Amino acid sequence: MLNINNLKASIGDKDILKGVSLSINKGEVHALMGPNGSGKSTLAYVLSGKDKYEVNEGTVDFKGKNLLNMNVEERANNGLFLAFQYPMEIPGVQTSFFLRTAINAKRKFNNLPELDALEFAKLLKLKAQELNINSDMLKRDLNVDYSGGEKKKQEILQLSMLNPDLAILDETDSGLDIDALRIVSEGVNKARNKENSFLVITHYQRLLNYIKPDFVHIIADGKIVKSGDYSLALELEDQGYEKMAKA
Amino acid sequence: MVASEQTIKQVNKLGSSDYKYGFSSDIESIQAPKGLNEEVVRFISKQKNEPEWMLEWRLKAFSVFNKLKKPDWAKLNFPEIDFQDYYYYSAPKSMKDKPKSLDEIDPEILKTYEKLGIPIQEQKILSGVAVDVVLDSVSIATTYKKQLSELGIIFCPISEAIQEHPDLIKKYLGSVIPVSDHSFAALNSAVFTDGSFVYIPENVRCPVELSTYFRINAINTGQFERTLIIANKNSYVSYLEGCTAPMRDENQLHAANVELIALDNAEIKYSTVQNWYPGDKEGKGGIYNFVTKRGACRGVNSKISWTQVETGSAITWKYPSCILQGDNSKGEFYSVAITNNFQQADTGTKMIHIGKNTSSKIISKGISAGNASNTYRGLVKIQPSATNARNFTQCDSLLIGNECGAHTVPYIESSNSGAQVEHEATTSKINEDQLFYCQQRGLSNDEAIGLIVNGFCKEVLQHLPMEFAVEAQKLVSINLEGSVG
Ligand SMILES: Nc1ncnc2c1ncn2[C@@H]1O[C@H](COP(=O)(O)OP(=O)(O)OP(=O)(O)O)[C@@H](O)[C@H]1O
Ligand SMILES: [Mg+2]
Repeated sequence: MLNINNLKASIGDKDILKGVSLSINKGEVHALMGPNGSGKSTLAYVLSGKDKYEVNEGTVDFKGKNLLNMNVEERANNGLFLAFQYPMEIPGVQTSFFLRTAINAKRKFNNLPELDALEFAKLLKLKAQELNINSDMLKRDLNVDYSGGEKKKQEILQLSMLNPDLAILDETDSGLDIDALRIVSEGVNKARNKENSFLVITHYQRLLNYIKPDFVHIIADGKIVKSGDYSLALELEDQGYEKMAKA
Repeated sequence: MVASEQTIKQVNKLGSSDYKYGFSSDIESIQAPKGLNEEVVRFISKQKNEPEWMLEWRLKAFSVFNKLKKPDWAKLNFPEIDFQDYYYYSAPKSMKDKPKSLDEIDPEILKTYEKLGIPIQEQKILSGVAVDVVLDSVSIATTYKKQLSELGIIFCPISEAIQEHPDLIKKYLGSVIPVSDHSFAALNSAVFTDGSFVYIPENVRCPVELSTYFRINAINTGQFERTLIIANKNSYVSYLEGCTAPMRDENQLHAANVELIALDNAEIKYSTVQNWYPGDKEGKGGIYNFVTKRGACRGVNSKISWTQVETGSAITWKYPSCILQGDNSKGEFYSVAITNNFQQADTGTKMIHIGKNTSSKIISKGISAGNASNTYRGLVKIQPSATNARNFTQCDSLLIGNECGAHTVPYIESSNSGAQVEHEATTSKINEDQLFYCQQRGLSNDEAIGLIVNGFCKEVLQHLPMEFAVEAQKLVSINLEGSVG
């Protein structure tokens, strides 16, 4: 699915990613943990093609294609999805309309006919119910005046509507209350299957109780310093980054 | 919002650099000789079979025009207009024998409409819009006329109103925009060729949106429409004006005058989508659009509301205004002005508060891309008599790219200390993070800009009648295609 090899990236003259290598296969869930400022969001942005980052070295293969050669929407339409750490507000654009526009952009890319209003409404209703999002919310402008947790839920709604091959969740759990955390995790687990993959960025082992990762990676100062299975997250919870990085 | 979904569809369909309506049809034209002089004024009046009083009115206006200077305070930059270099009258030849129905209309003209995507027949059936089509200077088709006349509504070309309703014309023409107001008002009064006339009698609510499509067609023909709308006591009318134009290199001059009069408890809603040829990417060609639009709220509790979406023209110079004479009268101005490439727009409104408890609301959204410049210029004037007058103004500007400019020039003149005048203004660049967010969801750069800008304009667009809103949203997106994100 995704093959990152020795990826180095900077912003301005500041090096942030200093040689990240990571392989994610179909059907796998990988967790990425690391201290503040270690480069987690940067990795997510570089993979999705945000243009203020400069890639200086390394390769990224996504589904057999050179990811770094594609523009942002090509990556998205090829099945890469980023659930933002800080989702954007778009005033004047109704949430449901935004969702429909996004779905149809992807369908068009894949030479599928657009979803008509009725099919779309049915799908949206189903997915929103699963995430316990009420329909009034969907009539409001996208993310405008949503609470922090509501914005995160909205990201997962978009994820479940767009059905990506690879979803990167950037701290989707922060800001969620206990019930919402459970509902969102269930949503993610429902979306999980043998064909797709997840990269879950988080600070808290708690999320990983719900979304069981196959692998856990620890990133520090722009490099993956340790990889292991779920037990690594438990160890980390116990010892903290400082000890782990030294070990 | 089903409408803006169409925006995206439309954006996808059209190539980024092609102006959809860029063509001209070769309908034979009768033209006045090139140039501007008394003879031309007489020629136009004669072509229209006008009564003597009308010719005199025109000639007086022409002598006023000769004495007036061109307004020069707008923030615009264009070569001086040579008034002698234009034709002031042209009419499709087939009009000579006045078609009685659409079947009799020159198939060439009908084809032109088809290319424009304005199938008249279909519109009649589907949208319930009565269409008074102006091709160049002569109205060629009027529909729903009979139905409207049963209600006592008059909706006809102004040339016809001059013949059939001279009392109304004499009473109201030039009563809101005096001939001597400024040079373009005088010019229009002297050489206007046609336009629409609407009269809504007392206690009548016009059941359909009245609509006119304008088109500039013959080479180098200055267009001088004249529109007059009168809403008598307790009446209501919604009027739509929309236009597209063929592509050509010569600059085309357009100076329309629109006058609205609302009597006691009457309401007039006037909506415009303006999409004339803006010139090419280098700024060559395009329409010069100098429009004077003014409404008088003469009666108590009367209301006039202007909504405009200005996306075309090389130069737009336009300030739809309200004179709030009647006590408790209301004026509204909702505007979206989009300029791209080398377009220039200087637009805004004037709200003149005269009566007691008068209120006005101004919402202006300016979007500028490429090398374009976009100025909001507005005046809120509170006269001493306007006790308890209120105004709210909000002007937001959005910049796309680094080469464009936006300016907000609000003038507030208050001579009544009890008046409440509120003004808010913002200027922002299109948000890169918003663009990235949309693109991460699979939208192209153009689609993302279209979506965000339509959101930015929503407050204004939602005041348009539904069928117009769809077109306006398409235009918003199309006009920003290819602008740097
Ligand atoms: N525009 C920028 N200019 C300069 N430095 C930047 C910029 N954007 C990010 N950085 C720096 O890059 C580093 C990595 O940031 P990043 O957002 O990837 O961290 P993170 O691991 O996601 O942290 P957190 O856990 O707090 O979300 C930080 O030191 C940050 O300050
Ligand atoms: Mg982060």
